Amino acid sequence: MAKHHISTTINGEPVEFLCNTEQTMLDVLRDELHLTGTKEGCATGDCGACSITVDGRLVCSCLMLGVEAEGHSVETIEGMADGDQLHPLQQKFLEYAALQCGICTPGFLVASRALLERNPNPTEEEARYWLAGNLCRCTGYDKIIRAVLDTAADMRGAS
Amino acid sequence: MYAPSFAAPTTVAEAVQLLANASGVAKVLAGGTDLLVQLRSGILKPDLIVDTKRIPELRTITSEGGGYRIGASVSGAEAGEHATLSRDWPGIVEAVELIGSTQIQGRASFVGNLCNASPAADSVPALIAAGATVVIAGPNGEREVPVEEVPTGPGSTSLAKGEMVVAVKLPPKPARTGDAYLRFIPRTEMDIAVVGAGVCVTLDEGGTCTAAKVSLGAVAPTVLVVPDAAAALIGSKLDDAALAALDAAARAACKPIDDKRGTIEYRTKVAGVLARRAAATAFKRAGA
Repeated sequence: MAKHHISTTINGEPVEFLCNTEQTMLDVLRDELHLTGTKEGCATGDCGACSITVDGRLVCSCLMLGVEAEGHSVETIEGMADGDQLHPLQQKFLEYAALQCGICTPGFLVASRALLERNPNPTEEEARYWLAGNLCRCTGYDKIIRAVLDTAADMRGAS
Repeated sequence: MYAPSFAAPTTVAEAVQLLANASGVAKVLAGGTDLLVQLRSGILKPDLIVDTKRIPELRTITSEGGGYRIGASVSGAEAGEHATLSRDWPGIVEAVELIGSTQIQGRASFVGNLCNASPAADSVPALIAAGATVVIAGPNGEREVPVEEVPTGPGSTSLAKGEMVVAVKLPPKPARTGDAYLRFIPRTEMDIAVVGAGVCVTLDEGGTCTAAKVSLGAVAPTVLVVPDAAAALIGSKLDDAALAALDAAARAACKPIDDKRGTIEYRTKVAGVLARRAAATAFKRAGA
C-alpha cells in the first residue's frame, strides 16, 4: 500500500515524513530523518537505548509505529543541547564519565531528563527505579545514578 | 513484501467496522508494547492494524456510579497518576505499574495486558480479584463480561471477529474493602511473573471477612479464579487456620508448567506464599 504521509513535531520543529505501516518510530528517526542519536539496542522494549518522549511521555521508539507520530510532539536526544550549550545532564555525564561505549547514553539522558522534569529531587531509589528500563553493559550504573542526582541538585540550586 | 494497512479511527463504531470488515488478520494497537514485539519477531503478520488511541473515550478514566471506567488505551502511567484510582484500588494500580519499565508504562494498557492473554499478565489477577468487568464493542453492539472470561488460553481470547474491548469497569468499592497484588520475580524490576496473586476482601465492622476473591497468575494456561481460596478467607479474621487453608487452596489450584522462570513445584509453593501475603495486605487495607 502507499506510504503514509505524517506531519509531526520533532524537537520543536514541524517535520513531515513518509513511512510504511510496519516502520517503527525508531526506524523513521534513524533511516528516514537521519536522526541517528537515538540508538537501537534490543528492538523489543527491554533496553531503553531508543528512548524518546512523545508529548512529554517517555517511551521506547522501537515499540511505537512511525504512523502514530501524526500530530504529536516528539523529543529526541538531538533536541537536548541548546546549540553548543550542553544540557546540564549531558555536562554532568561527561564530568562523571557516566558512559563508556556510549550506545546507551542517549537513552539514559532522555530518560533522566524526563525524570527530573517530573521530580526535581529524586531519591537514589527513585532514580534507580525510573531508569530500570535503561540498560548499560559498561558502567555498572553507579556513575550514571550519581550524575543524575548531582545534576538534580545543581538544577535545584540554580532555580 | 509484507505491507499491512493502518487505520486510526476516532470512534468505536468506526473501529468495530474496520475490524469486522477486515479480510485476514486485524489487530488492535493500543500501547503496542506486546504487538510491536510480535510484529518485529514475525510471530504475527496482521493485514490491518487499528490504532485506538485517537478514540477519545478510550483515552480517559471516568468515575461512573461510584466506580471507574478505564478506557482501553489508558496507559499504566496515566492510571498511576490518576487522583483517586490508586487510593480506591491500590492493588490494581500497583499491578499495572509492575509491568515493564518507565518507558513501557508510558504506553502499556490494562486492556492490552488482558487481550495479549499471557497467563503471567500482572494486571489481570488484580482486576479479577476486584470484580472488574470489561465492556466489549462489536458489530452487534456492546456486551459486558467479567475480566476472567476474556482470556481462553495463552495468546487467545473469547473476543469474536470485529469485537474489541473498549473499557475496564471497576465496581463501586464497598466499605471496608481492600485489594492487593503481589508477584514474584527473581529480581526487583523488569521481569515476567513467576507467580502473581491478587486478593480483594471486604470485612464487617468487627474485622471478619464477609466477601473475598482470589486470583492467581502464571500458574495455569489462563489467570485463575480460586473460589476455594476465597472461601478460606470468608468468615475469618485471617487467623493462622485461615492462612493455612488459603495457602492449601492456592496450591491446589495450580496447574503450572516447568520453564526457565520456575519449576512446577516452585511455582506451586510460591503461589501459596504470595496468596497469604497478598491477603494480609488486603485485610490491612480493608481496615483490619
